[in-house]
Amino acid sequence: MGQTANPALPAHPSTAITPTSLLSQPIPDATPNAVQLRRGQYLAAVGDCVSCHMRPGGEPLAGGLGLKTPFGTIYSSNISPDRDTGIGAWSSDQFYRAMHDGIGAHGENLYPAFPYPWFRRVTREDADALFAFLQSTPPVHYVAPANELPFPLGIRAVVKGWNLLFLKSDTYQPDTSKSAEWNRGAYLVQGLGHCAACHTPKNMFGADKSGQDFHGGQLDNWVAPDLTANARTGLGLWSVDDIADYLRAGRNMHAAAGGSMADVVSYSGSQMNDADLHAIATFLKSQPARPDEALAGPPDAGAMRRGAAIYSDACASCHLENGVGQPRFFPPLGHDAMLQQDDPTGLLHLILAGSHIGVSNAAPSPLAMPSFAWKLSDAEIADVSTYIRNSWGNQAPGIDASKVAELRKKLDLTRPRLTVNSGDRK
Amino acid sequence: MASQLPPVDAVIVGFGWTGAIMAQQLCDAGLNVVALERGPWRDTATDFATGFAQDELRYMWRHHLFQNVSYDTLTVRNNTSQDALPMRHLGSFLLGTGVGSGGVHWNGQIWRFLPSDFNARSHNAQRYGEDAVSGDDLTVQDWGVSYDELESSYDAFDKLCGTCGKAGKLNGKPQPGGNPFEGNRSSEYPNPPMAQTLAPTLFGEAATRLGYHPFPHPTGNMSQPYTNPLGAQMGACTYCGFCEKFGCGNYSKASPQTTVLPYLMRKPNFVLKTECEVLRVELTPDRKRATGITYVNSAGEEFFQPAEMVVLSAYVLQNVRLLLLSGIGKPYDPKTGEGVVGKNYAYQTMSSVNAFFDDKILNPFIGAGALATVIDDFNGDNFDHSGLGFIGGAYIAGMVTGGRPIEMIYTPQGTPDWGLQWKHAAAKNYLRSFAISVHGSCMSHRGNYLDLDPTYRDIHGRPMLRMTFDFGANEHRMSDYVTDRAAEVARAMNPREIKINRRTGSWSVTPYQTTHNTGGAIMGESPSNSVVNKYLQSWDVPNVFSLGAGAFPQNAGYNPTGTVAALTYFSAREIIARYLKSPGPLVQA
Amino acid sequence: MPTSKVTVDRRRFLIGGAVASVVGARASAELHDGELGAPPATYRGAVPWQEGAADSPPGVDGADRSLVFFTPLEAAFINAAVARLIPNDEVGPGAVEAGVPFFLDRQLAGPFGRGDHYFLGGPWAKGTPQQGYQSRFSPAQFYRAAIAAIDRHVGEQSAGAVFAALGPDDQDKLLKRMESGELQLGDGVDSKSFFTMLLQNTKEGYFSDPIYGGNKDMGAWKMIGFPGARYDYKEWVARHGEAFPNPPVGLKGRPAWRQS
Repeated sequence: MGQTANPALPAHPSTAITPTSLLSQPIPDATPNAVQLRRGQYLAAVGDCVSCHMRPGGEPLAGGLGLKTPFGTIYSSNISPDRDTGIGAWSSDQFYRAMHDGIGAHGENLYPAFPYPWFRRVTREDADALFAFLQSTPPVHYVAPANELPFPLGIRAVVKGWNLLFLKSDTYQPDTSKSAEWNRGAYLVQGLGHCAACHTPKNMFGADKSGQDFHGGQLDNWVAPDLTANARTGLGLWSVDDIADYLRAGRNMHAAAGGSMADVVSYSGSQMNDADLHAIATFLKSQPARPDEALAGPPDAGAMRRGAAIYSDACASCHLENGVGQPRFFPPLGHDAMLQQDDPTGLLHLILAGSHIGVSNAAPSPLAMPSFAWKLSDAEIADVSTYIRNSWGNQAPGIDASKVAELRKKLDLTRPRLTVNSGDRK
Repeated sequence: MASQLPPVDAVIVGFGWTGAIMAQQLCDAGLNVVALERGPWRDTATDFATGFAQDELRYMWRHHLFQNVSYDTLTVRNNTSQDALPMRHLGSFLLGTGVGSGGVHWNGQIWRFLPSDFNARSHNAQRYGEDAVSGDDLTVQDWGVSYDELESSYDAFDKLCGTCGKAGKLNGKPQPGGNPFEGNRSSEYPNPPMAQTLAPTLFGEAATRLGYHPFPHPTGNMSQPYTNPLGAQMGACTYCGFCEKFGCGNYSKASPQTTVLPYLMRKPNFVLKTECEVLRVELTPDRKRATGITYVNSAGEEFFQPAEMVVLSAYVLQNVRLLLLSGIGKPYDPKTGEGVVGKNYAYQTMSSVNAFFDDKILNPFIGAGALATVIDDFNGDNFDHSGLGFIGGAYIAGMVTGGRPIEMIYTPQGTPDWGLQWKHAAAKNYLRSFAISVHGSCMSHRGNYLDLDPTYRDIHGRPMLRMTFDFGANEHRMSDYVTDRAAEVARAMNPREIKINRRTGSWSVTPYQTTHNTGGAIMGESPSNSVVNKYLQSWDVPNVFSLGAGAFPQNAGYNPTGTVAALTYFSAREIIARYLKSPGPLVQA
Repeated sequence: MPTSKVTVDRRRFLIGGAVASVVGARASAELHDGELGAPPATYRGAVPWQEGAADSPPGVDGADRSLVFFTPLEAAFINAAVARLIPNDEVGPGAVEAGVPFFLDRQLAGPFGRGDHYFLGGPWAKGTPQQGYQSRFSPAQFYRAAIAAIDRHVGEQSAGAVFAALGPDDQDKLLKRMESGELQLGDGVDSKSFFTMLLQNTKEGYFSDPIYGGNKDMGAWKMIGFPGARYDYKEWVARHGEAFPNPPVGLKGRPAWRQS
């Protein structure tokens, strides 16, 4: 910089890499292999590699994010092309073996926290393109921390047993009775999209419960909601366009992509093309509705009364009176699937800790719900949750304060978590 | 010993409105830009959330978002016969700090200056004679840029902020319901005006009865949800009444955070560093070119940041101080009248009238920072000043920004400030009273200026800025006149009684008036009487630009932010169109 | 250098996402308000987000109301003085009833008392009225010096009495003499300047949010009809002239949030 004949002219476009620029920076035609690289860049977005393979404050693809599974913490690996600490010395065969069989470069088993049960469905061609793209990104020298798993789970060979029991899928085979769009959607959702990794409930071994595809799941104290056609808890009231909108922009007329979905939008959905987003939506809308359990009786009248007061004072300034919201800005709360999940953990997590929403070039504002851990007690959060879960067309079991207290502790929010602004205390 | 960093195309000093707008413009043009801000990162949901933003004690009185004068202040005096002493506690003006700075806690009042404001000297001299612009030690100057040249830049800021209002003059045609005195607009406001509460409505009706032309104040508080050209989104204002001095918790006030940062922060060629204070601009030995800036961070580490361009956007006071500390331009000497840096410092001339009703509930707590019905009939040169003995004017606003009880309890004339009588008056009048604001111009005078203090130093050992300022006879006459007009409107509202709060005596650091400091790095047509040209480029060091209201040769009767932002766009566009292709002076001296 | 600092875990500064790196590794960080008050940080690529983070207000724990700043003699002065500034009657609570002495005690024991947001460095001079506060005292020091000086003055005038022992009329007379600046106190204490601060702080304690220890049960807000920490009046903008019927709410709520 500053070395050109005319020093005031802008230097070459920045060599700095951000996660978004990695996925969207155009690959020049002159690059050898440009077509395959572009395909791989796109597939890296579809597979949402960045959301797991980037730790807070770290470089995209260098790994190091601690994924809290029910079995312990597993750290994502370095998939940048560094020869010593990343995949720089790998062959495309080795990469395909990891994606398809969950086997690492030295023949070791990879934990299914790396979603190879879904990546298994990816074609060889797509895997090769993805591998070529990863190899073209800047190498980062970084060693992730060791996994924190209790004996005997730290011994990778135990995964062989898991695979025997639960690894049933294989490369995607189109269903000829369905449209090309549906098949594309199925390939994306069941493959690189790995939606079911979060959105299908898991058994005690961490494998999909059979027959409950997309009925919802829990991860990291968030709830991945029901994605079936259930009108109360799933996507029953959403159109195909609504789903595509949500994935692309992180916001639609019904909801905003917070919690774990924020990163999915920012690093995946926002980078995908409309046809694929539509295909995903088409496939999801075809999922049979999760059966409704018999609903609980009416909620406690006192909780509803207290919750209404809390809502009016603490929530209405964004979500407005009667929960009408400001669609595409602050979600409307009536007939809201996210609020009516059987497991209220996601809602309580949201109120306790807040969340930002996923962003894209078209919708860059990371509108955020603030953390209410300081402002509301466990009982107050329980009551306002009961209230909104049973107002404006919603119906769901009430919440007990003890559940809030438990989650508050898990999220380490019993003490205030300050910001760099908090210089006026004591 | 400062460590040297890799060079960048542009370094931006201070990261409020002007820094954010300039950074966005330069980054879109492909430059590598680093912005340095000496305060902290701030954002809506973490730092002024809906759950705790409405805290009058913490934000208004404990100054939590404002500059902490414990660490950096300035010295003040009314004239050179006094010793300047430190402003030991913020009062008259509430300086910002941190990311977004004053743009976080401003009112959201978005104005354009009048076309005649840009030619305050020649226009008034022509109409009222030479004495009108040079008597009373006036040093009024023409700007060297016209309203018409700036119109599209004003428009850009309106679209960025989603300004809510009603045009008064649209493509040459007068529009009912708008300000009939305003300069011409090329487009309608992006959003309709905010709905008015009772007090501004009554004010407007009274003003109409008196033959004036009321219109809704243009607001940066949103009347409806809005998405700006950068894709950034703002929600609808809920009239919470905790606007000015406060961050907005529900994204409904225009700020760098809500309008620019969502777009700008995504750019790989933009880097923001917080807790970094720029000590000085570094120059080549011949002092004709800046090589970059030296800064120190809160860890005590010192760095030299080389840059092709230095943009000063650290607010008028720090900008002028940095120019003086860096030796850019000749410092102004009020005794000789020579020199330019620090010259023509000005402020805002404020007064008010309270109206008290028995028969009406006004609910003052329902408010927004720019919620008002305004008349401009007595601003600028919108009226005949013959025989009045002053130039300039003020807008009169029936304004309800909130009803925060520590700050905004109005009691009738003669009520003591404490005791049972005060308490009873507060209880009786709180819901039924409000204030009409008179927001007046402030001309420049020979004796009002900024320079470096000879005695007091900051924590880095650098001299503090010294402010020498007082209202002139021109300001007092103007203020008395327009305050009287405001009192007439107040009486026409048929209250039980009114109370007139005039601007009397010398300027004082208490109480709060406005944070509209202007001048000191003024714009002009020639280096002999100004610091920067119309593109805010230093006459002396062409790769240094000084943004902000320091460029105003004198202050008009409007809030400055709209004009500050317009000048920034105007400068940025010229930098991109001409300067980058051929760096050097953009205006031949 | 003013104000003592709060120690915050460094990891609580780390911003989620690959956007901020905190320069200058330190095991813990000390914060102060304003410029250069937190560890340096670099931001690029996205607007940072850290869940659960909130710059929540520094309220006081109201449970323990024993005084930590005022000595018993000072407390007696404060109780007497603020009771004259805002007396109690049927129209509304007095300052004492509202908890203003407790509020003042905690304020003076904290950053405000220590002079945060005050420049206290020298040299010092009296200055003109337009130059504002020119004392070298922090507010805490000012209160201590002023109360001592006032009680000493009263003792000199009335054979060993203190302000708190005077009758209310005499207290009012003395307060008025302070308000006008007529009362000369010596010892670097300007009576008018102290009165200004005391009255301002008293009104702050009376009308601020109850989390700061005053405005007990939002009684001051109820007296004037201020609804408190509400954040949404959208439905009320057009209802010109209608009384607002809802009870006030503080930052930490109101009784209806908790009633069974």
